Amino acid sequence: MAGYAIEMLDITKVFPGVVANDDVTLRVAENEIHAILGENGAGKSTLMSILFGLYSPDKGRIRIHGSDAAIKDPNDATELGIGMVHQHFKLVHNYSVTENIILGLEPRSRFGTVDLGGAERRVAELSRQYGLAVEPKAKIESITVGMQQRVEILKILYRNADILIFDEPTAVLTPQEVDELISIMRRLKAEGKTIILITHKLREIKEVAERCTVLRRGHCIGTVDVATTSEDELARMMVGREVKFRIEKHAPKPGPVILQIESLTVKNSKGYPAVQNLSLEVRSGEIVGVAGVDGNGQTELIQAITGLGDCESGRILFKGRDITLASIRERIRMGMGHIPEDRHKHGLVLDFRLDENLVLKTFDAPPFSDSLGMMDFAAIASHGERLISQYDIRAGQGSATTARSMSGGNQQKAIIAREIDLSPDLLVVAQPTRGLDVGAIEYIHKRIVDERDKGRAVLLISFELDEVMDLCDRIAAISKGEIVGIVDAEGADERAIGAMMAGIAKPEARP
Amino acid sequence: MSPSGTKAVSTILDRVIASERTVSVFVVLLGFLCGTVLILAVGRNPLHMYEALIQTLTGFDLTRGTWNSRYIGEWLTASLPLILCGMSMGFAARTGLFNIGAEGQYIVGLTVAQFVALFGPRVPGLHWMLAVVAGGLAGAGWGGIVGWLKARFAVSEVVATIMLNYVAFFLSRYFTRLIPDANTYRTPAFPETATLSNRLLEDLTNGSRLNTGLFVALLACLAYWFIIERTRLGFSLRATGLNKEAARYGGIKVTKAIVVSMSIAGAFAGLAGVVVALGSFSYGRVLGGYDNYGFNGIAVALVGNSSAGGTLISGLLFGMLASAQPLMQSRQIPKEVTWIISGLVVVFISLRSGFRMLLEWRAKRAAARGERLVEGDGSE
Amino acid sequence: MNSLLNMTPSVLMMVAPILIAAMGGLVSERSGVVNIALEGLMGIGAFAAATCHVLLESATPLSVWIALAVALLAGALISLIHAYASITLNADQVISGTGINLLATGGTVFLCQIIFHQERTEPYRLGMLPGAGGVYPTAYIALAVMILTWYVLYKRPFGLRLRACGEHPAAAASAGIDVRKIRYIAVMVSGALAGLAGGCLVLTQTIQYTMYTINGAGFIALAAVSFGRWLPKGVAGASLLFGAAVALAIYMVNIQALRSLPPEFFSVLPYIITIVTLVIFSGRDYAPRAAGQPFEKGGS
Repeated sequence: MAGYAIEMLDITKVFPGVVANDDVTLRVAENEIHAILGENGAGKSTLMSILFGLYSPDKGRIRIHGSDAAIKDPNDATELGIGMVHQHFKLVHNYSVTENIILGLEPRSRFGTVDLGGAERRVAELSRQYGLAVEPKAKIESITVGMQQRVEILKILYRNADILIFDEPTAVLTPQEVDELISIMRRLKAEGKTIILITHKLREIKEVAERCTVLRRGHCIGTVDVATTSEDELARMMVGREVKFRIEKHAPKPGPVILQIESLTVKNSKGYPAVQNLSLEVRSGEIVGVAGVDGNGQTELIQAITGLGDCESGRILFKGRDITLASIRERIRMGMGHIPEDRHKHGLVLDFRLDENLVLKTFDAPPFSDSLGMMDFAAIASHGERLISQYDIRAGQGSATTARSMSGGNQQKAIIAREIDLSPDLLVVAQPTRGLDVGAIEYIHKRIVDERDKGRAVLLISFELDEVMDLCDRIAAISKGEIVGIVDAEGADERAIGAMMAGIAKPEARP
Repeated sequence: MSPSGTKAVSTILDRVIASERTVSVFVVLLGFLCGTVLILAVGRNPLHMYEALIQTLTGFDLTRGTWNSRYIGEWLTASLPLILCGMSMGFAARTGLFNIGAEGQYIVGLTVAQFVALFGPRVPGLHWMLAVVAGGLAGAGWGGIVGWLKARFAVSEVVATIMLNYVAFFLSRYFTRLIPDANTYRTPAFPETATLSNRLLEDLTNGSRLNTGLFVALLACLAYWFIIERTRLGFSLRATGLNKEAARYGGIKVTKAIVVSMSIAGAFAGLAGVVVALGSFSYGRVLGGYDNYGFNGIAVALVGNSSAGGTLISGLLFGMLASAQPLMQSRQIPKEVTWIISGLVVVFISLRSGFRMLLEWRAKRAAARGERLVEGDGSE
Repeated sequence: MNSLLNMTPSVLMMVAPILIAAMGGLVSERSGVVNIALEGLMGIGAFAAATCHVLLESATPLSVWIALAVALLAGALISLIHAYASITLNADQVISGTGINLLATGGTVFLCQIIFHQERTEPYRLGMLPGAGGVYPTAYIALAVMILTWYVLYKRPFGLRLRACGEHPAAAASAGIDVRKIRYIAVMVSGALAGLAGGCLVLTQTIQYTMYTINGAGFIALAAVSFGRWLPKGVAGASLLFGAAVALAIYMVNIQALRSLPPEFFSVLPYIITIVTLVIFSGRDYAPRAAGQPFEKGGS
């Protein structure tokens, strides 16, 4: 058996009610770039968490560089030279780059205090060696996402990792930053490291990986040679059936302008303008998408439009009326629907029943409550039943089901049902398919297109460029709070949009 | 412990935690158990504690074989402010607020009631009703201040309520002493029309201090249940308490909800102050210390799980503990054991919410993985 | 002006317990655990110190110092309950802390009944004696505590890790740090400091422990932590301010112009000042990000 850096043999891991990994075998050769492909929930994160010592497998064993290994916690993994660059960065926001890197392995001075100066020098050295440009003294909260990721990489290089696991690293990067990351990975391989790339993005696998292991529903489907396997083939292995990547839709029939945003400036929670002088319009019967990487003002933009946040200056006109200062309730009454980015934080009261959630926006008026303020629970329950059957929401106890006990996909269906049932003239949709599998994604995309075909205006904000390009009729690229350019989806070039997302505008594309 | 042993324990624990009511009962029993052990540890006879408790509940004196309904009346009287203060904390808790200012709201209600009693119109019926309303409103105002501070300035209601408790105490002393002919600990006697004393109830309980406050408390209980469960105000308060962000998203005016909730909570505690001031005393008091109903109301609300019925029963339980104190003391049981039981109950209850959070988190994670692996749109 | 200068030892006497307790609260909150039980823990420390001192004062001249040590240990021990509930069992930290406050009040008076057959401790003859210039040793203890806290939090590896636990425990855990252990230590330190503070309070300001001895000082210390924006220097400054308000309440009667105001006005002053400062300096952006949230291991 030629040198394998990692062997995870017959790994099984069971959580209450679900088998996350079922007899999975993974073999990663020395100094190779190996991808692990699978949908959300396929078990890739669990498998890697086991490798990194966050979980223990119920069955199976692990061999590192040919010898058996028992990895009980991240310290064991670190000793074996395994390091993980997490999807959600584990960085302390108000510490400096260096402090984050040395946390847990601090160099000491003669008196036992932290030797920060020596640490900064070492960080600078490492970053030179691997071509990872960082500023050792900068605070995490003030550096770019790309640099934050490099800090994560340096964290594990500082601990002499020679096996690096990247967990969905490109979710937060612009296309240009993805290119940078890929060249970093190649550089690391040249320095002798072994790399595991966890992802569901086929294009990246084709670009940088040598071999790929596909997981589906906890099972290992197989390990293939990337060069000789097509994207379609990989997709079929990942999902188990033919996948339609492009949704079929008719040409849009745009009508009058429903939403008009004029020179909007919005401050974020720290007081900086997250949205700067932004102008955009959305017509009825079209889907306008805002493409951009997380953190460029999308959240603040949505908050200003829906009323969850205040704006500094500028105007928002909805159906011709100035709603800049209108309350959330007024906007709802006027016909604005909102499918929020975080369904648990904003979309649902998890401890309420399903039917109570379905009237969250309308409970205070007839038919659900009367003029004296008394609620009509029978009406609420029957409303709930109607929506459950109309929108095929799976809920164990019908209207009485607690929202918390429903699956993520059905929770999202409930939110969509609630919003669409109100026949809003404008539907603001944020990250609608985050964390959902392909089946749920297809359902949701179809419903969004249906609404557009009924003549509604749809504003879609998503970090997945594929989703935006697939669904939208017009695409606006946002970078640092400004709209850099707006193009028609028909014939749009992904690279060009990516450039705009990074702030580089096409000369003729400025609105 | 063997694997099957730990499994058995965790299954029992899961069942206990699953039902809110069983948890409350379990926790109270555990508190009593600890109290019993403590009494044994200091060399006293715990049976005396239970004798005192039984005498309080039923009027039966087991050692002498006599029966006196006055003890039952006293028990109920002692329970009234506890029930009301429990509802004060519970109502706020349903909105997600931690109101430990019931003590201050109680004091404010008590003080205002004393003023209305001494200076209000001496019309039978109208006089005490006016005092009740005034006391309730005063408590509502005191609570509302906290709500406003929280809603407008994001000041923690935990610290603000505690500060206002002390402020209320000193303000009460100052203003009450201003009353003409008041000395350092009391005012002149109340006119008959102002007190809550009720001949019928007194006769029923052989001369106890049980009074019209009983009906005030029962009505308040009903109002509590009705507002929370049946009105749209209650719906918005519950939504705000369970998920403030989602409530805002749904159009609910969360800042208004917080102020309204703290005001209503304050009103309940203010009513408690009225019931004690005009039901158990015939003159106004210049407070020398804290009556502690507000603080004990915390335990009442936690055990009663912030529901109307639960708080009622829980208030009766803690009322029993409180009114048994003199009986205990006369049997050589230090009366502070009841406070210790209260404190333990609160600590144990805090564990329950922790267990629940743990179980919910595990269930959520399992559901998340379950749905991702098992869910499809039906085409599988 | 002269009378203000004369007041300095009294102000320092009031400030010292608040500052010591506040440093404890700071350490605990920076590690991610909200410790509302400071009030109760101070009470336990005060009771322990008073009891110890009154029993030992005729036996040894060191009884004051032994009493303080006992107070420190008592605080650390009882805070274990809060630590176990909040950290291991993931209980609601505010409720568990409140429970301890209730327990402390009941427990200390209960023990008074058992030991002294009354609802307070037996008064001792002499508490702690003031040193040079009328300044009590507690002021120096407070200074030492403050400097030590700053040093450990900002200069030692342990402090770097502790602060990380309060900001982003997942980051600390993934760096191999035992978040639970650090939080346990932090809570016990805060309990020890609160106990010490209670002991300092009772031995310098009064002759016995009653259930009114602490009277909100623990909550004022808590307010000082947030007013001080969770930084040692800020918390020290806040403690100074609040302690001065408390001192003012007692010593205002010495200042001619204000003698006509009712005594309750001054009693109320520290609490009102606390609220006002909380309002003016409201801004939860300064709190450690993970404070108050239970930490679950596992999963990225």
